[in-house]
Amino acid sequence: MAFWIASSPHNHNHTKTPNLMRLVILATLPGVLAQWYFFGWGNLIHIGLAMATALICEFIVLSLRKKPIAHQLLDGSGLLTALLLGICLPALAPWWISVVGTAFAIIIVKQLYGGLGHNPFNPAMAGYVMLLVSFPIQMTLWQPPLSLLAIDLTFSNTLTTIFTGFTVEGYSVEQVRSSIDGITMATPLDTLKTNISQGFTVIESIKNPVFGDNFSLGWEWINAGFLLGGLFLLAKKAIAWQTPISFLLSIFVCSFIGYSFAPDANPSTMFHWFTGATMLGAFFILTDPVTGATSNKGRLVVGALAGLLIYLIRTFGGYPDGVAFAILLCNMSAPLIDQYTRPRTYGHEKGE
Amino acid sequence: MSNNIAPQDTDNLAASNEANTNTALESEQNAERKAAAKAALKAEYKELAIQGLWKNNPGLVQLLGLCPLLAVTSTVTNALGLGLATLLVLICSNITVSAIRHWVPKDIRIPIFVLIIAAFVTCVQLLMNAFSYGIYQSLGIFLPLIVTNCAIIGRAEAYASKNPVKKAAFDGLMMGLGFALILILLGVIREILGQGTLFDGAELLLGDWATSLTIQVMQLDTQFLLAILPPGAFIAMGFLIALKNAIDNYIKGRHVEKNDKVIERVRVNFDS
Repeated sequence: MAFWIASSPHNHNHTKTPNLMRLVILATLPGVLAQWYFFGWGNLIHIGLAMATALICEFIVLSLRKKPIAHQLLDGSGLLTALLLGICLPALAPWWISVVGTAFAIIIVKQLYGGLGHNPFNPAMAGYVMLLVSFPIQMTLWQPPLSLLAIDLTFSNTLTTIFTGFTVEGYSVEQVRSSIDGITMATPLDTLKTNISQGFTVIESIKNPVFGDNFSLGWEWINAGFLLGGLFLLAKKAIAWQTPISFLLSIFVCSFIGYSFAPDANPSTMFHWFTGATMLGAFFILTDPVTGATSNKGRLVVGALAGLLIYLIRTFGGYPDGVAFAILLCNMSAPLIDQYTRPRTYGHEKGE
Repeated sequence: MSNNIAPQDTDNLAASNEANTNTALESEQNAERKAAAKAALKAEYKELAIQGLWKNNPGLVQLLGLCPLLAVTSTVTNALGLGLATLLVLICSNITVSAIRHWVPKDIRIPIFVLIIAAFVTCVQLLMNAFSYGIYQSLGIFLPLIVTNCAIIGRAEAYASKNPVKKAAFDGLMMGLGFALILILLGVIREILGQGTLFDGAELLLGDWATSLTIQVMQLDTQFLLAILPPGAFIAMGFLIALKNAIDNYIKGRHVEKNDKVIERVRVNFDS
């Protein structure tokens, strides 16, 4: 009888890339379900399209680069990128939006820089920004929550709208987006920005039906879903707590200052936290281990910077939501931040 | 006297014969030297052309003058306009710098070069203002900014200030052509991707007959704005440089294979 003697460590935690990616994909479920419940099938269709595109593109590039295809294709990182991009897209955007965006994200942002682990920018957000810059009309086809729609958006209706631009009954996207009164509805962030620029106060503008009873109809539950998934990831220690906490705190500080100076022109912290892509960005995108900061202090700095940038873009910028831009800017500065927040090596004095 | 003369004559004759043969030899040598010089000159001009168009292309390899390269190439027409303007300035400035190279004090050569380039840019700008006002307007600030194009002052400093006028002019032509070709290539890529057309607005540069040059390559419902905006130029430029490197690597690979074959033959001979 032979004893198998191995050197330490004896206790392995079996966290490999595919497991982590699967966990993160699982954690997006509450948010995606909330999105399906309030906004219908649009985003699910886009997620499916994006995932198929991601697999095809990754297969092509990996075979061109002569890399182990089965191993890298199925590690889930491409699927996660596609999933995040599909969640972010407007539900009624045409089908080629998700195809072009995912192809750009996978081929140019991820694989041309060397594949997983070498990309300086988050592929999903870079793809989203590329789409937003290139196709501003299609990328602002935001669909109001189902409960406000005059037209019943069934699965088949959504599918035909995405592929042909018209529902089965022949309504155009513009007609779908209009309320019973014939006024095109936008997202809460968009509505608020337009109203404030027209001289309305916050209190006056949140009477608009897209805001619902609380902060923003539907969006608040989507954000709550992503918050739940994020807390699950935190409990599983799949992501570091520093980034999302400092990010949300930073938004809190900024919006608190704005709200206390001019409550008429600045919405509350809760509005900033629970509209747009705040929670998705906080827990799923900013915490990307490849493109974010790696030291604990660095994560705090990156989170705070992202929060500040999002508040600035939402309040003073040209776009209603700035999560994607803020995260790309943070990705850009993450290596520099890491450089200046290196932790002390054990056994060495600081600065040695 | 006559006795004396005869040998002198023969001497003279011999001398003149010798001289004749000498001059024949000399002229032959001269011809050979001339041919060799001509071949060398030809080789040098060929080298200049290869350097300007491919190996040392100001756009692809030296990455000089990126600012106009990226900002102006949203359409082929703009690219062509700026490419021609740069080409003209580059040739003229190279000629002038080369012509005055013996009189320019080394310490203040850069300001002198800049003055020369600025003078030619002003000429080109006034010409374009007069004869192709549309393209002058659409190029905007990038036309006067040719003065600061590093490719031009780089050629003046690195080549024209050390070489005779003819070579400098040829170098300017080749470098300018290389730059213009890259501009036009980028313009083609970005215009097709962005608007689906080619030579849109060519009448601004070439006159009214060029309106018919506009080709609708593909029908796009919406413009692909990224290709028209500067970020798209950066990405397209990256792909062009990658393509050039790939071609270079391919050529290199083929050369290595040839060398291997030569060595094998030598071994075979040695063994037998």
